[in-house]
Amino acid sequence: MTLTTIAFYAFAIVLLASAVRVITAKNPVHSVLFLILAFFNAAGLFVLIGAEFVAMILVIVYVGAVAVLFLFVVMMLDINFQELRQGFMQYMPVGLVVGAILAVELVFLAVTQLAGGPVGGQANNAPIPPVDQVTNTEAIGQILYTDYVYAFQVSGLILLVAMIGAIVLTLRSRPGVRRQQIGQQLDRKRAEVVQVRKVPTRGGV
Amino acid sequence: MATLPDLAPALPEIFLACASMALLMIGVFRGDGSLRLVSWLTVASFIVTGFLLLQGPEGRAVTFNGLFVADSFGTFAKLLILIASSLAVILSVNYLEKERVARFEYPVLIALATLGMLAMVSANDLISLYVGLELQSLALYVIASFKRDVAKSTEAGLKYFVLGALSSGLLLYGASLVYGFAGTTSFDKLATVLAGAEGAPSVGVVIGMVFVAAGLAFKISAVPFHMWTPDVYEGAPTSVTAFFAVAPKVAAITLFIRVLVGPFGDLAVQWQQVIQFCAAASMIIGALGAIQQKNIKRLMAYSSIGHIGYALVGLSAGSVEGVRGVLIYMAIYLAMNVGVFAIILSMRQSGRAVEEIADLGGLSKTHPMLAFAMAVFMWSLAGVPPAAGFWGKWAVFLPAIQAGLYPLAIVGVIASGISCFYYLRVIKAMYFDDVTEPLDRPTPTAGFVVAGAALFVFPVYIFFLSPITSGAAAAAAALFGAR
Repeated sequence: MTLTTIAFYAFAIVLLASAVRVITAKNPVHSVLFLILAFFNAAGLFVLIGAEFVAMILVIVYVGAVAVLFLFVVMMLDINFQELRQGFMQYMPVGLVVGAILAVELVFLAVTQLAGGPVGGQANNAPIPPVDQVTNTEAIGQILYTDYVYAFQVSGLILLVAMIGAIVLTLRSRPGVRRQQIGQQLDRKRAEVVQVRKVPTRGGV
Repeated sequence: MATLPDLAPALPEIFLACASMALLMIGVFRGDGSLRLVSWLTVASFIVTGFLLLQGPEGRAVTFNGLFVADSFGTFAKLLILIASSLAVILSVNYLEKERVARFEYPVLIALATLGMLAMVSANDLISLYVGLELQSLALYVIASFKRDVAKSTEAGLKYFVLGALSSGLLLYGASLVYGFAGTTSFDKLATVLAGAEGAPSVGVVIGMVFVAAGLAFKISAVPFHMWTPDVYEGAPTSVTAFFAVAPKVAAITLFIRVLVGPFGDLAVQWQQVIQFCAAASMIIGALGAIQQKNIKRLMAYSSIGHIGYALVGLSAGSVEGVRGVLIYMAIYLAMNVGVFAIILSMRQSGRAVEEIADLGGLSKTHPMLAFAMAVFMWSLAGVPPAAGFWGKWAVFLPAIQAGLYPLAIVGVIASGISCFYYLRVIKAMYFDDVTEPLDRPTPTAGFVVAGAALFVFPVYIFFLSPITSGAAAAAAALFGAR
């Protein structure tokens, strides 16, 4: 019990500290590295509550793919981050207003929860299966591929549309480009392209 | 072991999804120049989808764990959407070829957008509402900027995309509030929860509902969420505008009705105020905004804003008759708009597309039949009896008056009067102005669609009025009966 508590606070403190460093670090590469650290600690927190599948997905997808992609973008593109920061004071009031609205909403939500929860009570929420009977991989699979299979399939179609859209709007066939013609390559016979020559000694080709 | 969900109610959608993917493959493998084939196959698959829809199960069928509903309300709207999409594809082929953007992705994207619309109409959960809406919208953003080498078209696409994303954000925010305060996303459960709640409804749910309504009002371009409409209508390729003006509007307003009457039926007092405001503002802006316009596509954009206002009048009555009126209105609106856009699509001067009202000058001398058809559409859009448009307005205003919404009805009549001015201006240009440069002969397909739509608007609609009315009545009754 105590070990879990210690682990929780350790992960949580490192997570918060690295999250703060993400936005305060001067060097964007450091920001991304702190982001990766934050992801790892969040994954640790997930493991602590028994959601090992989510923890692994977080590491594989966010650290393995997204954060590395960020790192590439940051390192490949020559962005002057000092310049980007210059409008900070200018945008500050807007940010404060948005933050205030979010804070009010959180309070509003908390008050409602204390006053008895949602209108229909907790009974309307999707039941969470007990952890000892159903592994969380299975529970997620159940939700994604059985309960909400319709939404899942339509989302697939949305991604298809996004793909078609990207191709329609950006792909241009450029003339004069020498393309690989696989059919022609496979059609070539050895006899047509390879000649065996008898090269006389000291005579050259 | 989980059992397979009942696929029968969703058969039309499943067929259309498979068909659009197959069409994509056909286009990819045949390469350029397959626009014509893919377009006609798309129309064929719309027809098959419509046939499957009519063969569907009787009554109300819910499947996919309550995410999807098939009922006669949905069937009515889906048939309208399929008709509108088919006509849009038929009208597009020649236009795209003449504008040299003939690529097979166009009909495929229209098929996928139509699939999204069918999913919207059948949504029975906030999640399926959102995915259907996004499938539709994403495909529409792409085809709005289909002429990617023309600045106006890409601008239209980008503008639509940014504002559309904003409205999706509003909608999602509203949906999350509703989920947070009611504890469910399912329409059926929401209806029971909200009906069972004692006293005043929870503020959170009401705010959430207003946000959802705002997101949907954007999609039907109701005032105050209409700003994108004129620019997108003007900038998008005309064939795309013709599609935008009808099918997405029918889908979004049907979804709007389903959301407000179904899960939020017990909050009618709250949403009726919002809808009444939107209706009155849309009618006024639609009427006043169009007066200044010289471009006929912008004129039609304001006209569509106004027409959505009239349709919302029916919804704001909140009664079975009101919903029936909206459905009748949308059916008649479909015929009028398809006809007008078929004419706009054939406006060419020596091969070049033109879209100013002045270009129609003297049309009665060069193409008397075309001018006469346009005059019929304009009379009908203005709502002058005995054209079909009058009966549409009749069907939405009568329930509003019965519900005691006299101010709204008066605003509507005044707005109709103002809008007569600009519809008549088009007729004046055609009949009394001089010919600047004669328009080219319309293609046989366009001529056929124009003639069909004009004959429907007056006088053939008289024979269709009773099946449309009874269909709409059954659809509205099914929606209210399910509550």
